[in-house]
Amino acid sequence: MNPLILYPVFILGIVAAGAAVTLFLVAKKFKVDEDPRIDEVLDLLPGANCGGCGYPGCRGFSEALVDAADNGDLAGFMCPPGGSDTMSEVGRYLGLDVDEAEPTAAVVRCGGSRQKAPQQLHYDGPAKCAISHALFRGANGCPLGCVGLGDCVDVCDFDAIHINRETGLPEVETEKCVSCGACVEVCPREIIEIRPRGRKDRRVWVCCVNKEKGAVVRKNCKAACIGCGKCEKVCPEKAGAIRVENFLAYIDPEKCIACGLCIPECPTGAILATFQPPKKKSRAAPGKTAAEKVAGKKVETAKEEVKQ
Amino acid sequence: MKLKTFKLGGIHPPENKLSAGAPIEILPPPGEVNIPLSQHLGAPAVPVVKKGDKVKVGTLIARGEAFISANIHASVSGTVLKIDDVVDISGYRRKAVFIKTEGDEWEDSIDKSEELISEIKPEPIRIVEKIKEMGIVGMGGAAFPTHVKYMFPEGKTADTLVVNGVECEPYLTADHRVMLEKSDEILSGIQVMKKAGKVDRAIIGIEANKPDAIEMMTKKAENIPGVEVVPLQVFYPQGAEKQLIKALLNREIPSGKLPLDVGCITNNVATALAVYEAVQKNKPLVERVVAITGKKLSKTGNFKVRIGTPAGKLLEALGEEIPAHTSKVICGGPMMGKAVNSLEVPITKGISGFILIDGSEAGRREMENCIRCGKCVYVCPMGLEPYLLERLAENKNYGGCETSGIVDCIECGSCSYTCPASRPLLDYIRYGKASVMRIMRERRQK
Repeated sequence: MNPLILYPVFILGIVAAGAAVTLFLVAKKFKVDEDPRIDEVLDLLPGANCGGCGYPGCRGFSEALVDAADNGDLAGFMCPPGGSDTMSEVGRYLGLDVDEAEPTAAVVRCGGSRQKAPQQLHYDGPAKCAISHALFRGANGCPLGCVGLGDCVDVCDFDAIHINRETGLPEVETEKCVSCGACVEVCPREIIEIRPRGRKDRRVWVCCVNKEKGAVVRKNCKAACIGCGKCEKVCPEKAGAIRVENFLAYIDPEKCIACGLCIPECPTGAILATFQPPKKKSRAAPGKTAAEKVAGKKVETAKEEVKQ
Repeated sequence: MKLKTFKLGGIHPPENKLSAGAPIEILPPPGEVNIPLSQHLGAPAVPVVKKGDKVKVGTLIARGEAFISANIHASVSGTVLKIDDVVDISGYRRKAVFIKTEGDEWEDSIDKSEELISEIKPEPIRIVEKIKEMGIVGMGGAAFPTHVKYMFPEGKTADTLVVNGVECEPYLTADHRVMLEKSDEILSGIQVMKKAGKVDRAIIGIEANKPDAIEMMTKKAENIPGVEVVPLQVFYPQGAEKQLIKALLNREIPSGKLPLDVGCITNNVATALAVYEAVQKNKPLVERVVAITGKKLSKTGNFKVRIGTPAGKLLEALGEEIPAHTSKVICGGPMMGKAVNSLEVPITKGISGFILIDGSEAGRREMENCIRCGKCVYVCPMGLEPYLLERLAENKNYGGCETSGIVDCIECGSCSYTCPASRPLLDYIRYGKASVMRIMRERRQK
């Protein structure tokens, strides 16, 4: 055979063999001993790398879990996308008990839709909530309400939050939401909150974060909480879940029994729920399906659905 | 002869000094003023009056208690209606004192005569105290409390007082008119400031598009030793203190340092006038000259306005309506001022103009991709790379922003003005700068 071919084959063969031996020795000598459980736990996790657990990705979380398991305590660890199922599996694998956490979901607490809080100004700067928030109060005049430029949509890894074109407000698709908290973090006005999903998916919340006086708020927005305190009065004594502070009502999800008495009381319809409120004749009345309510769609559309 | 200017970057937007020929008119006190408690850089002042109190013009209504803060005085005589929130030029609600005007009675201590007092009696320390007491702040736009500039840290001295008569922003003419009509008072104020800062030399920089002001100031300053008037080439942002010092004295302020580190104190001409009135006439900062202008207005003007007057009163005084197709109303200059969302915003100590911008000028063009043409780098007066900072800020790479010098940005807007792709450079840089400054503050506190 032609030596022009033989020589390179021979030389490269020797180089390759030498390299293989070196790599083998190096791999032996510098072998990193890793707990095999880390990979096993990683396989149990959803692999979304959302960071909702507070650790840098799923691998970081599984390292932390194995570390904690060595110390014999898994309390305080929670994988929001996986929920209790994933955590109990992890607990079973590591042979420890885990916290039973209530499933949660993100909730948008602003009702200042284009219809309820009409635009007063035209903003033509970069479409980022953070920039608009730093510049001025917002196009509809509410200094604490949703800017509507969708920083939360950009940040969501699960396609669970979208801006409704009609209302200009973000809407959470509860089925997709894993409550990782990315949108809560990014919202410059702290409108989005992670709340428990509630027993049988029944939950009630105040859809406003404005702490200005009632008269001031009403000038800009028809759907804002004016801090009248009616809901606080009607809330059953044993629950005592509603507190009005700084002209803003807040429903404590831990205490709320989801009776729905407060919903028809609210004069501005600022309290939303995922179920049909008790009194039908009042203005916030007829029931909406869970998805509709979360979507925060207008009462009219909900009414139509009930008729059908 | 080639006129002096700064060396790095800069732009020359159309000057549009429409109201330069209009003499200063006095706007009578409005029926009600709302005086914001945060008109200056630094901590808001703390109110010392309450609802129902009677005040005269010049009565102290709020005290600046922090080191960087300023006193605020009543600009009209009357009754305090309430202390409540008002939407100011930031677009947010801030605390303000509402006063209902009743007559026009001034505090007795204020000398209202026109007579010029050029003899300076008080000692330097007393002058600085007086400046602080009378609530004088920089009137060029940033509203930095003036007394702080004269309280030198241990071991620092100044040799030159740089007086800013540049007014490099398009449209604005308030300083121009003040220089023409109050030149004697300004020069006397400069003498007062020279004494306060213990400096022998004062340089007044004026851009060459104000030949009448240059002539007037040069003529008046001839007989005064140690005061010099220097005409400057028209170039934006020459009125920024770093650029002005570079243009006049060829001294460069290092990153993160102040003019005092190169032996300079900088003050605006309108501030010089206010200092004169405060020290020699005992008059607090209760009024200022504001230009009202716009291409579609049939008349433009310069008005002496009480602090806290709603901006809309200026239009009324001109006898004008808002022209059709006006898309932006700006308080301050068109480059650095803020668009406001209501004509009710009160005029504060730092607002030198009120501009109605036509829709054809104000709108943004459609944004295109950056092609790295480098025009923004060429015009940046601070030698930064705006295209890079924009990208870093957009991607929230604050570490990169910091090492690329984002905190040196003076937010002049030259980059956004010049960008052929109309990218929102300054918007992102401002956002990145604010975030980096917040991170730096938190780090310092640790």
